[in-house]
Amino acid sequence: MIVRILGEGQYDVSDEALPRLNELDATVEQSVESGDVGSFTSALTALLEGVRTVGVPHPDDSLDESDLILPPSDATIDEVRELLSDDGLIPG
Amino acid sequence: MSLMKRISLIFRSKANKAIDRAEDPRETLDYSYQRQLELLSKVRRGVADVATSRKRVELQVNQLEQQASKLQGQAEKAISVGREDLAREALTRRSALSGQISDLRAQHAQLQGEEEKLTLAQQRLQAKVESFRTRKETIKATYTAAEAQTRINEAMSGIGEEMGDVGLAIQRAEDKTANMQARAGAIDELIASGALDDASSINRGDDISRELEAMSSESEVENELARLRAKANPQAIEAADEGNGILQAEPEKKATEGGNS
Repeated sequence: MIVRILGEGQYDVSDEALPRLNELDATVEQSVESGDVGSFTSALTALLEGVRTVGVPHPDDSLDESDLILPPSDATIDEVRELLSDDGLIPG
Repeated sequence: MSLMKRISLIFRSKANKAIDRAEDPRETLDYSYQRQLELLSKVRRGVADVATSRKRVELQVNQLEQQASKLQGQAEKAISVGREDLAREALTRRSALSGQISDLRAQHAQLQGEEEKLTLAQQRLQAKVESFRTRKETIKATYTAAEAQTRINEAMSGIGEEMGDVGLAIQRAEDKTANMQARAGAIDELIASGALDDASSINRGDDISRELEAMSSESEVENELARLRAKANPQAIEAADEGNGILQAEPEKKATEGGNS
């Protein structure tokens, strides 16, 4: 499947890697809910690092849609909350 | 639902909303291509803007570093003439500058990071826009309006996601740069107002320089007096010798004054 890290590009990630990434994703989600900035930063870093490690960069000239989209590596908790809201970050 | 999935769905629906739909779906391709080209020039401007800010910070770091080394020199000079108070003042100012310098260096690194990210985003978008153009021409040449829809949707959703991503990257870079530009502006003002003392400018001079100069001209006057006294009264020759010894430290002034007499 294709995973996009915002601000960084798309990666091809094999399905076998998904359970591990889902675990990391759950940690990020918990820290966003609890508003714990310290654990959020380390959880997001671990998740993105996981994608970069198991993933292979998807060709720049492809027009494929991503299956999953992740926040940018320097995103704050507030930015992630905005990404999750309807009137959030993406400029029209 | 997982965080990744929620973000993906919301991001995608927003990217889809941003697409201008035309009556003939094949025209949608042209509209979108137009917007892609606009976004591409926007991201190029973004790269240039961040580079400008980065260079401005570089210039400021250089100016402040010059100022810091000048203060260091003043402190040394002050110590050599036994004015510990002036030396202390110079060193205090220098240490305030080092704080600012390291803050600016951190900003510089951040701007450099943004510049690299935007440059890469530009390259990715460029590659996708090029593919899109090819795909668009193929679709228009090959399919009727009715047949084209599915192909168009495929092409549009991929590029729409990239456009959303790049748009976001530009916005974030702008926000960060704007914040730093406000601070850079404040430092430029400080430099311009002389609060950070561009004291190397000949006419103005800062208070530490002025005091050090006043001291050396005072001792010059004393030395010159001693020399004149010695001339008038050869018995005072010892005093004159001492005076000459100190005068050697200020060869320029001595030459000027020699010319006048």
